[in-house]
Amino acid sequence: MSVINNEDVEKVLKKFEPVMGLEVHAQLKTTTKLMSAASNQFGSSPNTAVSTICTGMPGALPVLNKKAVQMALQAGLALDCEIQKRSVFSRKHYFYPDLPKGYQISQYDRPYALKGAVQFYLNGEKRKIALTRIHLEEDAGKNLHFDDRGVSLVDLNRSSVPLIEIVSEPEIRSTAEAAAYLKALRLALRYLDICEGNLEEGNFRCDANISLRPRGEQKFGTRVELKNINSFRNLERAITYEILRQADLLDSGGKITQETRLWDADQNKSISMRSKEEAADYRYMPEPDLLPLEIVERDIEDIRKKLPEMPIARMDRFIRDYGRNIYDADVLTASSSLADYYETVSKAIQDPQLASTFIQTNVLAHIANVETDIETFFPDAKALSDLLLKMKDKTLSLNLAKEVFEIMMAEKKPAAQIISEKGMAQVSDDSALLAVIEKVIAENPGQLAELKAGKDKLFGFFMGQCQKALGGKGNPATLKELLEKKLKG
Amino acid sequence: MGRLSQLRDDLKNKKIRLTEVYDDLIVKIKTRNPQVNAYLEVFEEEMRARTKILETEASEAAPLAGLPIGIKDMISMKNHVVSASSKILEGYRAPRSATVTEKLKKAGAIFTGRLNCDEFAMGSSNENTSFGAVKNPVDLARTAGGSSGGSAAAVAAELCVGSLGTDTGGSIRLPAAFCGIVGMKPTYGRVSRSGVIAFASSLDQVGPFADDALDCAEILQVIAGRDARDSTTMPVPVENYVAAAKNGSLKGLKIGLPKEYFISEGVSPEIVKQTQAAIEVFKKEGATIKEVSIPHTEYGIAVYYLVATAEAASNLSRYDGIRYGKRAKDFASMKDLIIKTRSEGFGAEVKRRIMLGTFSLSSGYYDAYYSKAQYVRSKIQNEFLNALKEVDVLFAPVTTSTAFKIGEKVNDPLAMYLSDIFTVSINLAGVPAIAFPIGHDSKGLPIGGQFIGGPFQEAKLLAATAGFEKAHPITKAKLACQ
Repeated sequence: MSVINNEDVEKVLKKFEPVMGLEVHAQLKTTTKLMSAASNQFGSSPNTAVSTICTGMPGALPVLNKKAVQMALQAGLALDCEIQKRSVFSRKHYFYPDLPKGYQISQYDRPYALKGAVQFYLNGEKRKIALTRIHLEEDAGKNLHFDDRGVSLVDLNRSSVPLIEIVSEPEIRSTAEAAAYLKALRLALRYLDICEGNLEEGNFRCDANISLRPRGEQKFGTRVELKNINSFRNLERAITYEILRQADLLDSGGKITQETRLWDADQNKSISMRSKEEAADYRYMPEPDLLPLEIVERDIEDIRKKLPEMPIARMDRFIRDYGRNIYDADVLTASSSLADYYETVSKAIQDPQLASTFIQTNVLAHIANVETDIETFFPDAKALSDLLLKMKDKTLSLNLAKEVFEIMMAEKKPAAQIISEKGMAQVSDDSALLAVIEKVIAENPGQLAELKAGKDKLFGFFMGQCQKALGGKGNPATLKELLEKKLKG
Repeated sequence: MGRLSQLRDDLKNKKIRLTEVYDDLIVKIKTRNPQVNAYLEVFEEEMRARTKILETEASEAAPLAGLPIGIKDMISMKNHVVSASSKILEGYRAPRSATVTEKLKKAGAIFTGRLNCDEFAMGSSNENTSFGAVKNPVDLARTAGGSSGGSAAAVAAELCVGSLGTDTGGSIRLPAAFCGIVGMKPTYGRVSRSGVIAFASSLDQVGPFADDALDCAEILQVIAGRDARDSTTMPVPVENYVAAAKNGSLKGLKIGLPKEYFISEGVSPEIVKQTQAAIEVFKKEGATIKEVSIPHTEYGIAVYYLVATAEAASNLSRYDGIRYGKRAKDFASMKDLIIKTRSEGFGAEVKRRIMLGTFSLSSGYYDAYYSKAQYVRSKIQNEFLNALKEVDVLFAPVTTSTAFKIGEKVNDPLAMYLSDIFTVSINLAGVPAIAFPIGHDSKGLPIGGQFIGGPFQEAKLLAATAGFEKAHPITKAKLACQ
């Protein structure tokens, strides 16, 4: 089973229902690490963003980063979790060179947030996937293997970088839903500005728990944990691969083993990492070097008050208040800066439809990254509003507006300046247009005769000649109206 | 007057010059240390360099200016080796100082050297060390007690005027009692553990050794306090310990005697006798005596050896040969490297405790052992706190016997563990206690008693001890080292 065939997938999905839950690790964008004052700067040279704490020196004690706790609380509140007033850090033990203390400090049986949900639209319908919990923990370092030199080296820059682990309930039922869930969760964290959300760079990581059950069956099947999914493309491939693998096994009378499998993106397949029997005994114990994390109501309220509007709420509002459809609302809320941009323009020109269309067809065509590029993009919301207002007051036609827009991007000048410098205002004045119309009619008696004889499509020829004479600046609607009157009258 | 206070007065009054003090001290260390084995390393050059600086700068305002203080080999001093008396930390130098040594240095103290101890502070006799047992300065055939044996012996043998030790289950108080000096374990959370090599994080506490209560107070005054680098230190104001010790008295003090600590079975009759004599002194000095009870005392040792070993197994996971210290030479894989390094680097007692701790934290055993131990621990703690509501301080013996012979208990770990029977529960409860000399046995070996106080009541303990010292001075045992 190496090539995935869509027909196979459809056949399998008719028979079996996939049951999935995702565990997402999100690195928090703090300045310093979770347990030390070392810099949390991605991409520093190996072992430079470290302190005695994140290298596990004898006698070094963890000191909890308040900012990380605040970010974690933002996530918990934004995802509607129940924040726990008292949560406890534990030690999770295992030996590995990239784990300098021999244990990871993580919340275990007393996480800081329980329940909550991630919401998103899928195929035109709103879906809500419940969360089990969110907990706070520190990341491990990285082992780097140099086969050519026969050495393995350890980089501890990532050691003690703050992570939140967001665990969903097994409520996801399809590959598309898994991807939509992951995108919605990432967007929520990006709106909060607490995580880069980049799967490829590893600051946003996803493990999937997958089982199959025959359609109609209530009981869950045996689950398999899939690790090392490092892109959205891999997420869909890995899940589909696993669904087919399990279906194959079940169809041939086999049994699913509870195990952890590793996705190999190069070979497009998963390999078994360890079975339940081989599962490590992490010997969890409460972390004696840290007091339990106490969160008071006032802190929760302070953070709740400052929460931005979350993407799903904003989408719903765009649909309700600006008459957008789900597709538009989804595109326009792809980042909070884009949504801000849209909303500013829409309000300024009092035309949500024009703002939506113009931004989608013109602005977004020039932007690769809706999050960062829009913030530095010119025309900014004010400048674009001014441009579109020139359309609303008929100074510009749509085509002229597009031309002005291109010049604005190139020359970083406001619309009004370009219009006056280049004389780009459209001609809407009746007498000026009539003068041109009369001149064109007078110069083309042959075509006029043909038109009068019933060759209607020559109307377009006259329109074209008029616009040509006007340098393309004739107000198309007015011109058409006047020309019609003149030719038919 | 203790030697620490005496020396400070003499320096202040220009009776003696700092360089002379250190010339004499270095000679003394060179003669006596080979006999007692207290120092693993003597900072001779550093001592001389610091005396020169201090002599010219005359920083008399600093409370410990120019005073020679020894440091247990569990506590980091920047750029110095710190090894926990273990081979596994071979060649390791601390990249930064512990908060306590930083504070001492700021207070003007001069570090004399690194003091021997049981490996990772695990032991009651200072025989579990990679560098040879510490010998009791009073009788060189006997142990100095552990795990801070070097810290106690160095003070007793006059190779410094004060020292720092760590106390996880009695590691300050037991050697203080065996060597006939004063040693204090402060309240858990009173003194920073930052930069102190961890044995059992919820029990470890740094404390001073010195000749008497006042000298201990001088050191504690400097090292106590909240530290942002140790989240378990508490923002409780630091009392004036020095004043408390200077004005020490037993008058009007309510002293509780926990009856479970006054058993005769397994306790040397001479210790029983001396403890009773001490109680008579308390009464004579105007203290009132009341019997109290800590009913769960009998579970103290069991609970302690579950909690301490579990935390130790966890804390010692970091010694894997990857980043610092010893690394095994021939290894076939990553796993093999870790296993070989730890097998070669750790001593027998450390391995025993890692195995015990790993077992009790294992899945399926956690609830039966670690979790239950924590439950009983909280009972013991409540019992101490309740008893201390009725009285000012508790009084109890420190040890069941006077210093035993080197080698006597090394092959019987259980007997060794029982040496800590009067000390471990105090660590489990997190309360402070001070061990001080109350007399000698017929062989002339020191006997210690301990006052135990409520959380952050170190001042009360120091005052009570100073009161006893004034009322009933104990002649210092004759030193066996020349």
